Amino acid sequence: KSKEAEIKRINKELANIRSKFKGDKALDGYSKKKYVCKLLFIFLLGHDIDFGHMEAVNLLSSNRYTEKQIGYLFISVLVNSNSELIRLINNAIKNDLASRNPTFMGLALHCIANVGSREMAEAFAGEIPKILVAGDTMDSVKQSAALCLLRLYRTSPDLVPMGDWTSRVVHLLNDQHLGVVTAATSLISTLAQKNPEEFKTSVSLAVSRLSRIVTSASTDLQDYTYYFVPAPWLSVKLLRLLQCYPPPDPAVRGRLTECLETILNKAQEPPKSKKVQHSNAKNAVLFEAISLIIHHDSEPNLLVRACNQLGQFLQHRETNLRYLALESMCTLASSEFSHEAVKTHIETVINALKTERDVSVRQRAVDLLYAMCDRSNAQQIVAEMLSYLETADYSIREEIVLKVAILAEKYAVDYTWYVDTILNLIRIAGDYVSEEVWYRVIQIVINRDDVQGYAAKTVFEALQAPACHENLVKVGGYILGEFGNLIAGDPRSSPLIQFDLLHSKFHLCSVPTRALLLSTYIKFVNLFPEVKTTIQDVLRSDSQLKNADVELQQRAVEYLRLSTVASTDILATVLEEMPPFPERESSILAKLKKKKGPSTVTDLEETKRERSADVNGGPEPAPASTSAASTPSPSADLLGLGATPPAPAAPPPSSGGLLVDVFSDSASSVAPLAPGSEDNFARFVCKNNGVLFENQLLQIGLKSEFRQNLGRMFIFYGNKTSTQFLNFTPTLICADDLQSNLNLQTKPVDPTVDGGAQVQQVVNIECVSDFTEAPVLNIQFRYGGTFQNVSVKLPITLNKFFQPTEMASQDFFQRWKQLSNPQQEVQNIFKAKHPMDTEITKAKIIGFGSALLEEVDPNPANFVGAGIIHTRNTQIGCLLRLEPNLQAQMYRLTLRTSKDTVSQRLCELLSEQF
Amino acid sequence: MIKFFLMYYEHVEINKPTLLETEVIKSCLSRSNEQYSFIEYKDFKLIYPENAALFIVVGVNDTENEMAIYEFIHNFVEVLDEYFSRVSELDIMFNLEKVHIILEEMVLNGCIVETNRARILAPPQILD
Repeated sequence: KSKEAEIKRINKELANIRSKFKGDKALDGYSKKKYVCKLLFIFLLGHDIDFGHMEAVNLLSSNRYTEKQIGYLFISVLVNSNSELIRLINNAIKNDLASRNPTFMGLALHCIANVGSREMAEAFAGEIPKILVAGDTMDSVKQSAALCLLRLYRTSPDLVPMGDWTSRVVHLLNDQHLGVVTAATSLISTLAQKNPEEFKTSVSLAVSRLSRIVTSASTDLQDYTYYFVPAPWLSVKLLRLLQCYPPPDPAVRGRLTECLETILNKAQEPPKSKKVQHSNAKNAVLFEAISLIIHHDSEPNLLVRACNQLGQFLQHRETNLRYLALESMCTLASSEFSHEAVKTHIETVINALKTERDVSVRQRAVDLLYAMCDRSNAQQIVAEMLSYLETADYSIREEIVLKVAILAEKYAVDYTWYVDTILNLIRIAGDYVSEEVWYRVIQIVINRDDVQGYAAKTVFEALQAPACHENLVKVGGYILGEFGNLIAGDPRSSPLIQFDLLHSKFHLCSVPTRALLLSTYIKFVNLFPEVKTTIQDVLRSDSQLKNADVELQQRAVEYLRLSTVASTDILATVLEEMPPFPERESSILAKLKKKKGPSTVTDLEETKRERSADVNGGPEPAPASTSAASTPSPSADLLGLGATPPAPAAPPPSSGGLLVDVFSDSASSVAPLAPGSEDNFARFVCKNNGVLFENQLLQIGLKSEFRQNLGRMFIFYGNKTSTQFLNFTPTLICADDLQSNLNLQTKPVDPTVDGGAQVQQVVNIECVSDFTEAPVLNIQFRYGGTFQNVSVKLPITLNKFFQPTEMASQDFFQRWKQLSNPQQEVQNIFKAKHPMDTEITKAKIIGFGSALLEEVDPNPANFVGAGIIHTRNTQIGCLLRLEPNLQAQMYRLTLRTSKDTVSQRLCELLSEQF
Repeated sequence: MIKFFLMYYEHVEINKPTLLETEVIKSCLSRSNEQYSFIEYKDFKLIYPENAALFIVVGVNDTENEMAIYEFIHNFVEVLDEYFSRVSELDIMFNLEKVHIILEEMVLNGCIVETNRARILAPPQILD
């Protein structure tokens, strides 16, 4: 039947049910049940149900099992946690729990477990542990209670406090009834992860229970034996529970080792049944046992046996087993005891790579090859991965590329091999070779002079191919630009041939690559004076000098100019060979780690940041262009790649101004500050840029500018660690009275801040009228597992809205007299906190925002200033006079403004500065 | 193939299931017999054995033993077989609530509670 017919039929039925429910006649239990059940069915067919909840709740109070059961079922499926009906439902559940009727109790517990809302947790979290450990509770109710408690613990752990009941729950592992043990094991496994101490005793109980199961004859456990395997699911759960703890103490450990050996032995015995269910169940237990062995990682004998067992599975005809074996073996490979044993299976794994039909299985094989790789087999593994790469599925190519690049670097004895491998990578899967990979090969070539000649020769040869990948052009361009001279002696690769070869690729390349090639050309000018005129001609051509792309055009112009103006000596200095890169962890590794993680968006951020960390001075005689344009050329960022820069050292120069300031002040500002420190706040009164806050994790830098009553503040949050900050949320908090005087607007920042990264937040500020308090910047984030909370006062002060006013002596004193109302003047006499240096004082007054008026005060030792505070509503003229007394080391500061609160605040702010 | 019933043991937003289901079904159907039965889907693993009459998919997170769940599905089918004496699609369709009861006896809140066939079938049999 058609979809329309179905909908029509359903609508008719819904109308019928609605009228039945609304009708005057009270429905009897049976028909109520019937209709609720119909509604449930309609819902499960995928239609919305917006009524009937009340009738379902009514069914709960029925004494008939079937009616009650349908009521609970409807509620479990259809009522979401926040429903208003929860109170009614809770009442019904309470009655059923108190009924002592095991079937009713079971239904009620199932309902709690299925809905599991916070209201339910509040109502029943105290009750359920009691039911669970009470001596007279029926077994089936205990099972339900255990899992019900688990659900409540998951939704609201705070409402389930550990207590006396925990030790009694642990003893449920000894229960005669295996169903109870199964349920209790699930509960304990979860609770033990958060409260390992409370449940420590469960280890020995679990081991003895496991031991009884694995040694039992297949008939002992009656119905818990599944195709001749004794209690497979319970065994799996017990083994899982043991993985919450480190290896137990020797007495228990001996017994556990026996169990594990028995399980391994059973795998070798002839199967008791030909049925696939038998072997599946047996293998489920076996895999879990191997997981435990790997988790403990302490018994070499067991580890090697596990490895051999998995080795057999690698050739099993069941795909599932091969897949799981590959997966487990990956973890085994990282154990020192079994690494060698895993390596013996290399041929099988390589074979799997070639023959498996399922891409996921092949992916596991790649993972395993990567995990088992070491110096002894690296060449073989890398070669196999490369050859697989030619036919590999697109979805996993990038990962393989990264893996090959890492292995090639890590285990390279001979760097010529490394260079060959990477060039092969580019040849085979150029599109999947990320920037990190080709940056890295250049770093390595530059740092090792033994491989430079070889690298130049190899890239030169590789470039001969009629169609080569753009990444190869990049690597080739860079390497020939640096080391082309090493092969120039050979007439087959003379300077002109090298140049022609590169230039033949030029027009097919994207802008960043062309920019890089232009740099190579200017380097050629230095390396090979004989091609200088050829290159100058190229640079001079219209397609370069008048290129539509600003970056290319600028490079062409500047390089051309450089090559004509500069003497040979200067050229040689400017275009000198690149200095070695500092040794650091491979950025590719970081990339691979990240690729495994969930965040792919931040990836982009990261590369952008690296890109702008433009510190490569060598081949770039055009720094002006790169820092002016907001997208610096990617060819120039080799130094910045990958590594996490030491936090203050390399934030992007595009945020440049800040940095200069950070450094000039660093002596005083780097010291760790208590949150909200007044001190630090005061330092910003007379300046706009600098480091506001710094601790081990986080650095907050400021850069701000103000004009009249408006301002803009850039806040830079630097993650100083190598770990991501999660849920990163800075909040600006204005006290109530401040809110009306100061307008702050900002956008939320990206909630993840990568290790070593910096994020920027812009705050737009408007001063509505004068104010005293400062806004507070609160920053919350998660670092590792811990929650961090930092509050600092944000230095937005009234004096920021100062505009200096120059005036002559006469004017000054005339206005001074006009402001002679006692409320308009505020005076403060205070001791000097810093050495009384005239120049510094002058700088501070100017930094404060007012004009410094020379030759106004008759006493030349005094300072006077004038300015206007701009707010949206008014402008307030301000005059100030500072009289130092060197003998007494005191100052007298007098402020006269047209508004008393302004005088007061400015006086406070400025007094702190001297 | 008809989808008969669904249980979620983690909270899923009310409009998401339909989308999720379509995707899950799609990825399961694209598997052939020769391929393995564990499919990685987002953060989950889907476990999907080939049973002649019924199609059952279980999604688990990485704390579960795939093989154990694989066999558990089979156990579930056997229980249904016993209860309905050779279960078919129609049995499930017309006895939805009973299937639910049986499933609740076996799995509660995402954990295996009971694997003993006789004990699983006791409550529904009381009903009859």
